[in-house]
Amino acid sequence: MTALHLPLALAGAPLLKGVINRTKAFYAGRTGQPVLQPYHDLARLLRKGAVYSKTTTWLFRAGPVVSLASTMAAIALLPLGAVPALVSFRGDIVLFAYFLGLGRFFTICAALDTGSAFEGMGASREAWFSALTEPVLLLGLAAMVKLTGELSLTDLAASLGPQAMLEPGGAAILLVAASLAATALAENSRIPFDDPATHLELTMVHEVMVLDHSGPDFGFIEYASSLKLWALGSLVMGVLLPVKTGSQGFDLLAGGSSLAALAVGVGVVESVMARLRLTRVSHYLAGAAAFSVLALMIVQGNP
Amino acid sequence: MNLLADVLVILVVLTNLRVLGLSRLSPCIRTVAFQGALLGLLPVLAHLDDMTTRLALQAAASTVIKAAIFPWLLGRALRGTGSQREEEPFVGLTASLAAGVLFLAAAQWIGSRLPHVGQGAPGHMVPTALFTMFVGLFMIVSRRLALTQVLGYLIMENGITTFGLAFAEKQPLLVELGILLDVFMAVFVMGITLFHLNREFDHLDAARMTELRD
Repeated sequence: MTALHLPLALAGAPLLKGVINRTKAFYAGRTGQPVLQPYHDLARLLRKGAVYSKTTTWLFRAGPVVSLASTMAAIALLPLGAVPALVSFRGDIVLFAYFLGLGRFFTICAALDTGSAFEGMGASREAWFSALTEPVLLLGLAAMVKLTGELSLTDLAASLGPQAMLEPGGAAILLVAASLAATALAENSRIPFDDPATHLELTMVHEVMVLDHSGPDFGFIEYASSLKLWALGSLVMGVLLPVKTGSQGFDLLAGGSSLAALAVGVGVVESVMARLRLTRVSHYLAGAAAFSVLALMIVQGNP
Repeated sequence: MNLLADVLVILVVLTNLRVLGLSRLSPCIRTVAFQGALLGLLPVLAHLDDMTTRLALQAAASTVIKAAIFPWLLGRALRGTGSQREEEPFVGLTASLAAGVLFLAAAQWIGSRLPHVGQGAPGHMVPTALFTMFVGLFMIVSRRLALTQVLGYLIMENGITTFGLAFAEKQPLLVELGILLDVFMAVFVMGITLFHLNREFDHLDAARMTELRD
């Protein structure tokens, strides 16, 4: 009864994309695709065969597998509100950040391995974005560690809560939640940092890197990106609105619905905002970094 | 109460960061006005229990001048000009934000080394004051337009006010009013200067004034 977050995440992650799509469709006045469409897409992709270019090496095949595996491993470290993680130890915060980094590294390598100019460009942008988001993520988490004095994600989530926000330094929690939300949007290549629905290779960031993958490989990539959305989403909601009812079943239900609410929020953001010009992305991420540093400063002032 | 004062101090820091990252001028002016209003409110919140007429009047005067009269003066100077944004500051906007983060860290470090200053003040008053002064100075040296430089001056003055709030519980009324009058006169003169500069040269770019010859 302890580690129910992982199976829930593995089963529910594609649903988040369905919710985002339905929200966007609602805003555009369309009916939109069914909420379960991402599952059908995954099933269809897994039934297909994969095509590999003769110029690619093992790196190209390793990319999707490693990124899926590392994202799953990252989720195994994450609690959902009061529901503890599958694995938890002191310092797993850093491991969590670098599981995400490992997956990204292999996606970038696979994109470079194809030798396509477009994919190289996408890889360069992805590397640039992640170089900017990683300090934001780590600084924000460092502020939370300093505030609660806990070094593992599960204990951290257990000591955050509505009453922690009212104590001195509680404003830091809101700042960290804001900067983590910006990180989550950038890492998941959503608007305003990247447009997942764009059709022009030149403007793509994440999508262009996976153009050459097909069949089950592409299914793995899609599934991994849903899981990543779930992972960063549950991190944001864990900081902002950790639900603790006392009963595991209710906690799980509440955690899942808070993520669905987050997905609706992402859908609203995507409907009302335009994508940022590429040169402005670093500007916004620098702002998010400033939030994290400010949170760290507040926490430092309230020992 | 303490929590509310804390939130106000954090908002002051956030307004500084916003000004650093903005290129359009009218939101810049509004943000600095908002900062002035926050600083007018801060002493009131810190002394809710022992409120005096003097304190209330002082806060009201500072709020009216900083949040209503200054933005009106500067907005008037801005309306006459063609430039609505800071096109090419000497230090880019993203670099300014990054510098802001460094200032924040530096202010925190220096604040922690001044143990006898600001005891009894809300937790981050001293670092916030230092940070606000740094940002103001940085705006003065890193921006091209005379208007943004005036805003930098105002921000620096806000920082000094914050420092005063943290440093001394109650300043003499005359000192307080004197400072306020000084700043008011300075901005008044600067507003008139901006207006005339703009009428004479059709721009507010201070960097181009170094090339003036007769």
